[in-house]
Amino acid sequence: MSGPLLKVSGLKKSYGAITAVNGVSFEVMPGEIFGVIGPNGSGKTTMFNSVLGQIRPDAGTVELNGRDITGLSPLQLNQRGVGRTFQTLQVFGKMSVRDNLLVAAQEHQGSMASRMFAPRDSGLGAKADALIAQFRIAHVADKKAGELSYGQQKLVDIAMAFMSEPDLVLLDEPCAGVNPSLVGGISTLLKELNQTRGLGQQRGSFIVIEHNMDFVMDLCHRILVMVEGQVMAIGTPAEIRANKQVLDAYLGN
Amino acid sequence: MKKSLILGVLGLAALIALPPFLKSYGLYLLSYWLIFVIANMGLNLTIGYAGQKSLGHAAFFGIGAYTVAIVMKAGLSFWLGLPLAVFGCFVVGLGLGFPALRVQTIYLAFATLGFNTAVWLVMRNEEWLTGGTFGINNIARPSLFGLSLDGNLRYYYFILGMTIVLGALLWKLLNSPWGKAFTALRDNPIRAESLGVHIQAYTLLSFAIGAAYAGAAGALFASLVQFIEPAPFTVGASIMMYLMVVVGGSGYFFGPLLGSAVGVLLPEWLRFAQGWYLFVFGAAVVVLMLWLPDGLLSIPDRLKAKRLAREASAARAASAASIGASS
Amino acid sequence: MTDFLQLVLSGLATGSIYALAALGFTLLWQASGTINFAQGEFVMLPAFTMLGLMAVGLPLWASFLVTCAVAVLVLGWGFKRGIADPLLKFGLMPIVVATIGLAIAMRNGIRAGFTAEAHPFPSLFADKLFNIAGVTITLIDLGTLAMSLVLVLGTQAFLAKTVTGRAMQAVAQNTDSATVLGINVPRMVFYTFAINALLACAAALLITPTYLAKFDMGEPLGTKAFFAAIIGGFNNSRGALLGGLIVGVAENLASAYISPAYKDAVALVVFMAVILFKPQGLLGKKEERKV
Repeated sequence: MSGPLLKVSGLKKSYGAITAVNGVSFEVMPGEIFGVIGPNGSGKTTMFNSVLGQIRPDAGTVELNGRDITGLSPLQLNQRGVGRTFQTLQVFGKMSVRDNLLVAAQEHQGSMASRMFAPRDSGLGAKADALIAQFRIAHVADKKAGELSYGQQKLVDIAMAFMSEPDLVLLDEPCAGVNPSLVGGISTLLKELNQTRGLGQQRGSFIVIEHNMDFVMDLCHRILVMVEGQVMAIGTPAEIRANKQVLDAYLGN
Repeated sequence: MKKSLILGVLGLAALIALPPFLKSYGLYLLSYWLIFVIANMGLNLTIGYAGQKSLGHAAFFGIGAYTVAIVMKAGLSFWLGLPLAVFGCFVVGLGLGFPALRVQTIYLAFATLGFNTAVWLVMRNEEWLTGGTFGINNIARPSLFGLSLDGNLRYYYFILGMTIVLGALLWKLLNSPWGKAFTALRDNPIRAESLGVHIQAYTLLSFAIGAAYAGAAGALFASLVQFIEPAPFTVGASIMMYLMVVVGGSGYFFGPLLGSAVGVLLPEWLRFAQGWYLFVFGAAVVVLMLWLPDGLLSIPDRLKAKRLAREASAARAASAASIGASS
Repeated sequence: MTDFLQLVLSGLATGSIYALAALGFTLLWQASGTINFAQGEFVMLPAFTMLGLMAVGLPLWASFLVTCAVAVLVLGWGFKRGIADPLLKFGLMPIVVATIGLAIAMRNGIRAGFTAEAHPFPSLFADKLFNIAGVTITLIDLGTLAMSLVLVLGTQAFLAKTVTGRAMQAVAQNTDSATVLGINVPRMVFYTFAINALLACAAALLITPTYLAKFDMGEPLGTKAFFAAIIGGFNNSRGALLGGLIVGVAENLASAYISPAYKDAVALVVFMAVILFKPQGLLGKKEERKV
């Protein structure tokens, strides 16, 4: 497949007098792990909420595999193969871990009517177990998600985004609030998921927003630096580390 | 799990074997209780499993009852009235679901309250249709395959059978992927939507299915009491149904069973307190909520949580002791 | 035309009493997330308390003051510590059901323990009539309207202009920030409960003369207070007055011009229209859904 997986052009979003996102453009190639870094308030989350249908952008377009998806709802985007995690932990606390994973993909099986008669796990049991094993949370799989530790819940949260095998997954600060020892584990997991992605030939593409520099530099193929609502630089980790503008504005080495 | 299965079988056996020994009033109470179990199963789906707010459930109960009453007064069969009641309430329930898409929480609760008031006003004032405050009387009991259900005992068994069938259908629905979709809608609708859960459709359906159950209950109610007037379908009645679901345990499958018992049977048992029985009932509800905010069926979960907390602190104490011992 | 004006005026008077109940209801919701389904009974109980005190010889004004003190203690502090505080952390359902139970208990406690009969209640105002530009107004209506307005506007001024009042508003808008700013949140919340109790006492004083004291007087009053609070704007205390007046006037006009049977319908129609088109109420602020 040629061409970018995701193409964002000229995205703008303002809240009254404040322009949170001011003309952002970038591309994410298939199979790429694309990092997004920038100071707090630089508009990263607003930009992604605009791309992912949580907010309507004021201007600009978003294309997925060449098709315009600007302004589509989160539901429609999920149906087109886009998954995401949120900045704050968003698991279903009263459901078991396994059920959390099942519900993350069950709506892709059949129609609403057929699902009335489907078995409880919609035939997704094996896939859920595989992800549980990959994420090393088998020992808590039957516990209610709300009873897990923060780090374990974070893993469930991330696993949920991958259950429906989306073409593109956005991870919004996957390491926030997580034990340093777990950060390495998350990085390894993401690299694994990037390399092997179920049935398709295509490797999983991710966009990762993070503040943990070591994590981002180690994991990502390319990185976008966002400052004050605009793109300051896009490049490989090495290029970004060497970029004087970025160093002055953000990395401050 | 084993314990509750045995309990359930024993309970069902009692419900089948004991009634022939009950007096007429006792049979009536049991029938009344089962009808509310059906209605509240529907409400439990809407507010307990899908997390919506509904303070207008009695309106559907009433629409179901009046549908059967009007149909039978026109000379038609109960067996036409019943499906009409269920289907009619399903459609109206879908309609009530639309405000639910636009407003949340307490505003939704008030919208349903307004809906109930409107329906009740129509019931009370439109004499040409509903008989107004005079109501519709002489509603007959149906016949099933030629067997008359006129007797109180026979009609009770019929209601029991309907309760079991409707309960089984609901059980099946909640154990299908729909069950998890409803729970996702309740606990985190934004995440649910981003995972592909069609929260609007499930919201509408939670109202529609809940309403259909109330409609079925209302249909059975019409032939039970054989006289239908607006009084049982007020906002006050909806509020009592809400109370029954929460007291039993909202979101627990058997909650309506217990909650309806509290709402229907407890006031009867309290009659020994004579003039004060309703005061005691109200006070009991307050105390019950303070003790068990998640309802009666949350007792097992609370015990389990206490046990886990005890085990965790015992584990911590043990490891602290072992560290102390080795240092 | 004069009939119309008379109806509007007496509607305003009744509506201003609904506003008192609605204001307390709204404040409780804003400050603590409490939905009080016993709000009507919170008016009924002070009415009977005053009756009881007068029966043992206290004059009306003294009965009112003692009742206010008792109400602040029982319906303010007692309600907060006994029911609201323990249950609010479990979401809306338990407190809704607990207040439903409380309403049932209060209604039937008075019925069984005191009387099931309707009792007359002395009015603050003499039975005088005024004739202004051809329109007949009773002193009761005028006095009621004036007093309620003073109380409602006074409460709103207290909230907007005093330090304590602004602290209470801060708690209502953002409890966590208020705590960080050093505001004694539990005490501010208690003040809200206390104000609700006092407003309920005032409502009792003003409405009972006309509608008589009966154990079930709280039911219609409570419902109308809810309607009024929603119509006016549940997250804005200024809305309570507007909502109350709308309900009062609509009721009166509907009863006269449509039919007494559909008296409740006009307020209901306004209520439903508000819920569907402007759910935050006529004066309310739009509430965002938080991600």
